[in-house]
Amino acid sequence: MTAPEGQPESVGNGNDQFPDEVEWEPAVPEQSPLTPVFDEATRQRTVEIIARYPQSRSALLPLLHLVQSVEGYVSQDGIRYCAEVLELTTAEVSAVATFYTMYKRTPCGEHLVSVCTNTLCAALGGDEIYRTLSRRLGVGHEETAGEPGTPGSITLEHAECLAACDLAPVLQVNYEYFDNQTVESAQALVEALQRGERPLPTRGAALTDLKTVEMELAGIFPDLAGAVAGNSAAPETLRGAQLAAERHWVAPAMPDMPPALPDLPEKR
Amino acid sequence: MTNSDRSGLDTSTPDPITPVLTRRWLSPRAWDIDVYEQLEGYAALRYALTGHPDQLIELVKASGLRGRGGAGFPTGMKWGFIPQGPTGAGAKPKYLVVNADEGEPGTCKDIPTMMADPHSLIEGCIITCYAIRANFCAIYIRGEALHPLRRVRYAVEQAYAKGYLGRDILGSGFDLDIVVHAGAGAYICGEETALLDSLEGRRGQPRLKPPFPATSGLYASPTVVNNVETIASVPAIVQGGSSWFRTMGQEKSPGPKIYSLSGHVTRPGQYEAPMGTTLRALLELAGGMKDGIPLKFWTPGGSSTPLFTAEHLDVPLDFEGAATAGSMLGTTALQIFNETVSVPWAVMKWTEFYKHESCGKCTPCREGTYWLLQILERMLHKQGTPADIETLLDVCDNVLGRAFCALGDGATSPITSGIKYFRQEFLDLCTAQPSGGVDTAAHDQLPELTGASA
Ligand SMILES: Cc1cc2nc3c(=O)[nH]c(=O)nc-3n(C[C@H](O)[C@H](O)[C@H](O)COP(=O)(O)O)c2cc1C
Ligand code: SF4
Ligand code: FES
Repeated sequence: MTAPEGQPESVGNGNDQFPDEVEWEPAVPEQSPLTPVFDEATRQRTVEIIARYPQSRSALLPLLHLVQSVEGYVSQDGIRYCAEVLELTTAEVSAVATFYTMYKRTPCGEHLVSVCTNTLCAALGGDEIYRTLSRRLGVGHEETAGEPGTPGSITLEHAECLAACDLAPVLQVNYEYFDNQTVESAQALVEALQRGERPLPTRGAALTDLKTVEMELAGIFPDLAGAVAGNSAAPETLRGAQLAAERHWVAPAMPDMPPALPDLPEKR
Repeated sequence: MTNSDRSGLDTSTPDPITPVLTRRWLSPRAWDIDVYEQLEGYAALRYALTGHPDQLIELVKASGLRGRGGAGFPTGMKWGFIPQGPTGAGAKPKYLVVNADEGEPGTCKDIPTMMADPHSLIEGCIITCYAIRANFCAIYIRGEALHPLRRVRYAVEQAYAKGYLGRDILGSGFDLDIVVHAGAGAYICGEETALLDSLEGRRGQPRLKPPFPATSGLYASPTVVNNVETIASVPAIVQGGSSWFRTMGQEKSPGPKIYSLSGHVTRPGQYEAPMGTTLRALLELAGGMKDGIPLKFWTPGGSSTPLFTAEHLDVPLDFEGAATAGSMLGTTALQIFNETVSVPWAVMKWTEFYKHESCGKCTPCREGTYWLLQILERMLHKQGTPADIETLLDVCDNVLGRAFCALGDGATSPITSGIKYFRQEFLDLCTAQPSGGVDTAAHDQLPELTGASA
């Protein structure tokens, strides 16, 4: 287990009295060269991402996802890289990176497991699932079991409502949905991940790893045509439509042709 | 019996479920453009492009469509606020930003929409942009919604390939680019001005209004921000017309709406019904309460809308009905809790959420949510006093209406409504005073209060 240098949030002491503090390593002197991890391919993708927006700064969130896809977290070098390509200061980029929970400040595992512990999931067992996984992995929120980046390593977090409440309790692995979980199914899932297996999500594409999905979040899709076909049709999602089909319920029929558009309003 | 008016529209009471937004969801691969086109997709766009942009704004005004993102603002009116013309603000570029940040606890309708039928959103975006004369549109999808992001991005690529996007769309002379943008995990970015700041590459913190986005939105230019479900409703309105749209729902809240049922019901899921349906009707569709355990409390539209109880089964779930009964329609996210769940516990959990998601910009919300959580946790750990209940209400009173944005207001909803309907439960926590020492084990006892069974 690797606890981050910051404040490891131990499990269930109910004692997190202070607002979350932001911890970055002190800024590295500007003159030291950027690590070569941001290679030519990354630089090309950077250009492609910036070109999508009317103003370059809008590319900052995607670019932070991009540097995270390279390093597995947003490092000080990643901050400097974004600052350099967008002509911002590192302070400006840090201020943004620390605001958003998906940018991780310490190296993450091969997989990120996010358990929804918002009220509805929690009432249906989400809290228990989180507690069990935490105990099983020996880590707390945003901590990693195993050597970060190595096969089978897992970063655990509790998440806010994942917009899947009809399938509660839910968790995500690398942001792919595993719906209707139990303590047992979640535990079996995590054990499979640790063994290097990649169980299929309920909704989403076949599992890859956190770095790969961070690239997709940056808007660079290595295999969009393949990934897009991943399942999405959960029975819960389709329930209303299914019931309507069974009972021959329909919306009132539309006219055969679209009706004429209204007249133009009178100019004042 | 079927009644019809002069235009031949069926005006009898609509069926309990009226699939419009969800009408393609059962078709395999409806997210693929070929299937979408077979199912009448992009027909509305072709028709819309034959009209004048202002006619489309009039159409949407006449339909009575109201925003599906929570506040229910009339959509056509919002579009009409965009300054047009060759001079002044009208001369600036205009933008459409689609709010797909879906993060309000309980809300789970936009993500299935984007996965099942992303082209209805894209078609709606193109029609909307044509109406407001925007040549650039951004769809801001919450980062955790990775698979919807793929589906929407793929739909955009397919739409470009078929000439529905890009230069001179279908020979109309209208140009449009759409970018699909992933957020990075912050509920506050669903607030429209915070979303704009986030889209500009900044911390997602709300802006002072006025100026409103209609005049000073993205890059300080005129901008419409609309929810996914709002925009996805537009193609059907073009195809069916405003009178058809109004055959469903209520006078002031017309149309169909996706109601999301979650929690202790037999068959949770997405049910698209005419506006103004009731929880009683929806529960019937969903097979009733799970295992027959009675209903205790529910949210009509996400955690920011004040709680309802079993007394409210027949409240019409439209904007007016929910407000008259003391809550809000919000996002029609019906989170349903049975008798095993402790209200103070649920309220404490939601408060944890608001404290975590408070952006910190204004003092009432930043400090208020922090202290509200402290007090609630103390009560849950059986170290509270009856005076704490008054303190909670007092703090809420100081947050509500004084916070910079609606997140702060929303944070007070579960607390004040929870105390309003279930004060005794809060009092019971206080009378059961234990030793008074620091109760570090209390966390492990909480499951008893929730009735959690995993
Ligand atoms: C804290 C907060 C979170 C919000 N989250 C969302 C959201 O996720 N999606 C959304 O469409 N609207 C959200 N809203 C409402 C938006 O500010 C805005 O009213 C809406 O996007 C307008 O679109 P509509 O008119 O189509 O409803 C949120 C508002 C607040 C205050
Ligand atoms: S009310 Fe809360 S979320 Fe809104 S601006 Fe104030 S601190 Fe930020
Ligand atoms: S509460 Fe867990 S997905 Fe909504």
